[in-house]
Amino acid sequence: MLTVLTLVTGVAALLLSAWCGWAAHRDQPTKDWHFIGMAVVAALALIQLVTGIVLLARGEKPEQGTTIFVSYLLGAFACVPAAGFMSLAERTRWGSVTVAAGGVVLAVLEVRLYDIWGG
Amino acid sequence: MTAVEEKPARLISGPGMLLVWFYGVMVVGAVSRSAYQIATGFDRAPLAYSLSAVAGVVYGFITYTLIRGGETARRAALVCCAAELAGVLVVGTWTLADSSAFPDATVWSDYGMGYVFIPVLLPLSALYWLRRSRGRVTP
Repeated sequence: MLTVLTLVTGVAALLLSAWCGWAAHRDQPTKDWHFIGMAVVAALALIQLVTGIVLLARGEKPEQGTTIFVSYLLGAFACVPAAGFMSLAERTRWGSVTVAAGGVVLAVLEVRLYDIWGG
Repeated sequence: MTAVEEKPARLISGPGMLLVWFYGVMVVGAVSRSAYQIATGFDRAPLAYSLSAVAGVVYGFITYTLIRGGETARRAALVCCAAELAGVLVVGTWTLADSSAFPDATVWSDYGMGYVFIPVLLPLSALYWLRRSRGRVTP
């Protein structure tokens, strides 16, 4: 369950990154549609956070430790919203680049989460 | 203060925003990592964990100066970025030359390879950005 969510969130993050990268390439700031995309990715990360906590509550143990697992879940959840707010403050192409970078960072976090959970 | 307060020049417009993002990520990464490692097993690799903590503090300070803006902050950020670059290069070389001093990795090990080389690329781009911002920042 968590592995599937990790994969889906990671792929969604990369898609968001490519989309915002495209906007930056065309010299555009993030628009409403981009923010809906960010909301989708953030919602996926939130579902992942809740799922992770439920799994922990059921007594399952992440391979590399509970503390690291929870901090990465929180980081993954905060990642895209933080980049989104920064792109609200920077209404140029560089706001789009920031969200694109946020998507890449989230994808990296998902790979780490996969390792921490233990496949 | 009686004089009219001058609005500090923004350092986070345009590419600066991207820099703040990456520095913010590194702050979270380095601080949380070192906090966890120091709390759970400081004796295992005290040097490596302390260095990660120092890196986190440096990143935090640079992030703050970038957001604050103004000429003083710009100079302070320049100094810190140079220190950061020196730190990455020294620690990176050190970990390659004498890995026995580092039983566990730091943020700056192997020139930041564990962090997609962001630790070594970030100060370079920040130095470039801060130098270029000089003309636009009013003294």
